[in-house]
Amino acid sequence: MNAETRSSGRFLYTASVVLLCAWVIVPLYLLLINTLSSPETVNSFPKPFWPEFDLGSLSFFAGFEGMLTALKNSILVAAMTMVMSIAIGAPAGYALSRFDFPGKGLFRLLILLTRAFPLPLLALPLAVMFIRTGLDDTVFGLALVHTTLAIPFSVLITFSLFSGIPIELEEAAWTLGCTRLTAFTKVVLPLILPGITASAIFAFVISWNEVFAAAVLTIENRTLTAFLLQNLDTSPLHLKFAGGFILVVPALIFIFAVRKYLFAMWGIANR
Amino acid sequence: MNARYLPYLLILPVTLFLCLFFLYPFILVAQQAFYADGGWSLKNFQDVTSHWKFPISFRNTMLLAAAVVPVQLALALLMATMVTRMQKGRDLILYVWTIPLGISDLAAGIIWLAIFEQSGFLNSMMSGLGVVDRPVNFLSYQHPGIVFLAIALAEIWRATAIMLVILVAGIGLIPKEYYEAAEVFGASPWKRFTRITLPLLRPSLQTALVLRVILAFEIFAVVAALGGTLFPVLMGETYAYQFDLLNGGAAAAMALIILAISIAFTLIIMRALRVPKGATI
Repeated sequence: MNAETRSSGRFLYTASVVLLCAWVIVPLYLLLINTLSSPETVNSFPKPFWPEFDLGSLSFFAGFEGMLTALKNSILVAAMTMVMSIAIGAPAGYALSRFDFPGKGLFRLLILLTRAFPLPLLALPLAVMFIRTGLDDTVFGLALVHTTLAIPFSVLITFSLFSGIPIELEEAAWTLGCTRLTAFTKVVLPLILPGITASAIFAFVISWNEVFAAAVLTIENRTLTAFLLQNLDTSPLHLKFAGGFILVVPALIFIFAVRKYLFAMWGIANR
Repeated sequence: MNARYLPYLLILPVTLFLCLFFLYPFILVAQQAFYADGGWSLKNFQDVTSHWKFPISFRNTMLLAAAVVPVQLALALLMATMVTRMQKGRDLILYVWTIPLGISDLAAGIIWLAIFEQSGFLNSMMSGLGVVDRPVNFLSYQHPGIVFLAIALAEIWRATAIMLVILVAGIGLIPKEYYEAAEVFGASPWKRFTRITLPLLRPSLQTALVLRVILAFEIFAVVAALGGTLFPVLMGETYAYQFDLLNGGAAAAMALIILAISIAFTLIIMRALRVPKGATI
């Protein structure tokens, strides 16, 4: 390979990296412009290509009937999903990584099956079930469904995280007088905590973003996605864009927070 | 505590939870789908499949999956191989490329709406360049091709990231020695990609494709934001049966049809990309 083809190859490589970054960022930037422009500008033509830093659209969003409640509901549901999916899923992840037991294959199959199923569809019969039990249109009911969505991920992710911690560490703790429980809380837990936080955040994002089940299961207590979806036909453009922006912001922060664990999460979970 | 029972105790909460909120509602939805006029029947299925919108929404969903998934796969493979070669700024680039992972389909639909709507950025740019005199209403029934393109672009933009993450994780598991050996024997980068990366990446490719294809059949909110009723898809019809037509049986039948399609494609992908027994890294 001579120097000329090598340098043109490098140029091509850099150019495509930049292009792919722009492909991700430019649409986000355009949404930002719309969010930080006054409602008049958002509905006018042609559009400016830089934001005018007017908070009109955002304050319209905040003042829109029911919007802040929907935002609060979204946060509540996502927080409940986060706690429940880790509390229920992490023990199973630990069991999968540390024990060989009869039925392990079947259990893994059940988990994978859940992942291979269009889960939001289950919201339809659950709606009936929730009406019978009084859970209909409640934040907790929806959180239960979102937990079902997040659980396969939390089991597989924690499985992969626990597998990354050598069992020898635990065994050493046992020989030094720890019980299974204290070995877990004193040795494994501190090592695993950042990873667990990352997968909890992942569960939060799954719930925060879910649209279908949220729209099916809530009527009065809409979450933000359900609220936006319901008002898609009727709401003005600046409301849609401000709403979309509010939906995006946590995603940006959360992906940044978990970026180190994203790949560890998927590494072993694949096998 | 007997160590023999400990693993079962640990998986008990998940198993109970999934039985209650996954298996049980699944049985309910199946029951509801096969139940009509006071008895077991296929009436719900006949009703939904004979509706004039069914072939259209079925075709749209399939076309969209066929257009979107291969592009995402190619793009994700390209990005993943580019990232592995990267020395500087790898973390930053990966962060940027995985941002859409956290963005919901609804938000993605709204983002691309900002570009394609009548007073949107595409029109602003085109009129700035003098290509059009008046803003064109792209997302209308006169431009079915552009509606399709907008939805496909939004999907590709949003959901390539999940494939990228799975593939980058998978490539990370391939031992470097294989590449070094191949280089010693003079294999070109392309040869190394097709002879080492692709075959060893099979489990990850399987996961990524299964996940993506299933989600592609569930496409809903992106379409609702961009196409509305212009572009009917299976999941949107299910929603309409449940809410606009208040026909739970039909909605359940639609749900089972989507499930059947998902399972069929999952099996095809698993079979096509199966890992030969004993051939692990």
